[in-house]
Formats: sequence, structure tokens, C-alpha cells
Amino acid sequence: MSSFKIFEVAGSGMSAQSVRLNTTASNLANAESVSGDPNNVYKAKHPLFEAIRAGLGANAATSGVAVKGIYESAAPPTARYEPGNPLADENGYVYAPAVNTVEEMVNMISASRSYQNNVEVMNTAKEMMLATLRLGQ
Amino acid sequence: MPNDLDAYLGVHAKALTLYSQRTQVLASNIANADTPGYRARDIDFRSALAEASSAQSVGQLRTTQARHIGTQQVNGTTVAELKYRTPLAPSLDGNTVDVQLEQAAFAENAVRYQATLTFINSKFRGLLTAITGQ
Repeated sequence: MSSFKIFEVAGSGMSAQSVRLNTTASNLANAESVSGDPNNVYKAKHPLFEAIRAGLGANAATSGVAVKGIYESAAPPTARYEPGNPLADENGYVYAPAVNTVEEMVNMISASRSYQNNVEVMNTAKEMMLATLRLGQ
Repeated sequence: MPNDLDAYLGVHAKALTLYSQRTQVLASNIANADTPGYRARDIDFRSALAEASSAQSVGQLRTTQARHIGTQQVNGTTVAELKYRTPLAPSLDGNTVDVQLEQAAFAENAVRYQATLTFINSKFRGLLTAITGQ
């Protein structure tokens, strides 16, 4: 029954969105992880989504989502003058990762909404299939 | 008295297949709501249903050589041709999925699927009534 593919598609969407939630959580958690070495600062991580085109070629009805990879933001860390910080370098600077907290919060909400959308799709598909199984009873 | 079950069920059996295909397409759109470069697709239901209904009487295209352009067939049923949605507000990354629109289409499609199921169910019930004679 080809309707089972819906579960694959929605499932791939859910797993992709949960990867996105994971990276967001890690970015938010490390937003204040300062370092004395600008080359050794945490870099914001972002997933790269890609549509899976499988099955019947270009006209395939379904295409799931794959996480192609996770790239690290190339934005330079921000230098903060904190001479009292034990991690500070000889000039008194510490380097904070270039994590945009507001952006990450928006990412988090977007990811969780998309996840819920996929759950809803799965539930509806399940109900449709169960109704089909009850056909003629 | 119907002697052919397909003819008895009329357009509903084909409509059910098409609705189920459309569910898959819309599910893919929703799943790829955040995929860069993904273009939302949908089935032109009217023409797909007309095509599916006429497919049996006219006869279907066959591919006899490997380099022929394949007709979209799975298990003997014609797979509807997919078209790209005209985007209302495409995003900068090339994604044309409008989540609200897709959700509305998905809900509508699910209700229509259930309606078609109800039609088929009542047809079967009518047959059963005729068989049992009660």
C-alpha cells in the first residue's frame, strides 16, 4: 500500500526538524562559552536540509527530507574586554561565539512548529488508512 | 443490477486512489517546508481524474524500449502528473512551500478522502442489502 510512504516522508521531516532543534539547543547552550583564543571559540551549527528524490524519478509523488550536513557558521567571534576573566588573553580580551540568540529562538519555534506539522500529517494519514481498513464493515 | 463492481463503484474508486496520491504529495510539501530550493507540487485533480477515468476505455501508453519516456504507472494504476505550485511569496532560498496553504489543502484532501470512503461504503451497504434481502 503506497500510503505507507507518507509515514516515511513525515518521519524524515520529523527527524530533520529534530536535528535542527538539537543544533539550536547546542547553539543556545554555548552562546556564552567564551574562550581566550579566537580560533578556538564555539561556532554556531546549522543543519543543511535536502529533498530526497527517490522512486519514480522527477515525477515521484513523495520526497522526504535528508540532513545533507551540518555546517558551522563562519561569522567571526565577538571580542569582549574582560581583564578579570581567567580565560582572557594577554590583552584582556575574551572571545564569545557569534551566536545570535534571538535568531536561535526563532529557529527553535520554527523547528518545533514544523515538527508538529509532520506529526499532524502522520496522524491524519493513519486515520485515513484505518478508515480504509474499515471499508465495508 | 450491476454486474461489474468497478462500474458499480463509479468514479469513487479512482478518486480514492488520486486522493491518496495527493496526500503523499502534500505530505512531502509539508515535510520539506524548510528545505532550500524545494518547490511545492500538487496534482491537478480535475484533469487527473478525467485521465484516470478515461484510461481504461482509451488504452494506455506502453514503453517498449528502454529509452522511451515512461508513463507513470505503479501497480497498473496511473500516477497523476505533478505540477509545480505557483508561489505566492517565494522565500530567498528558493523554497516555494506555503505551510498554511499546504495545511489547508491537506485538511481538505483528508476530508474529501473520507467523503469518498463514505460513498463507497454506502454503495457496499446497498449491495449487502440487496444480497441479504432485508
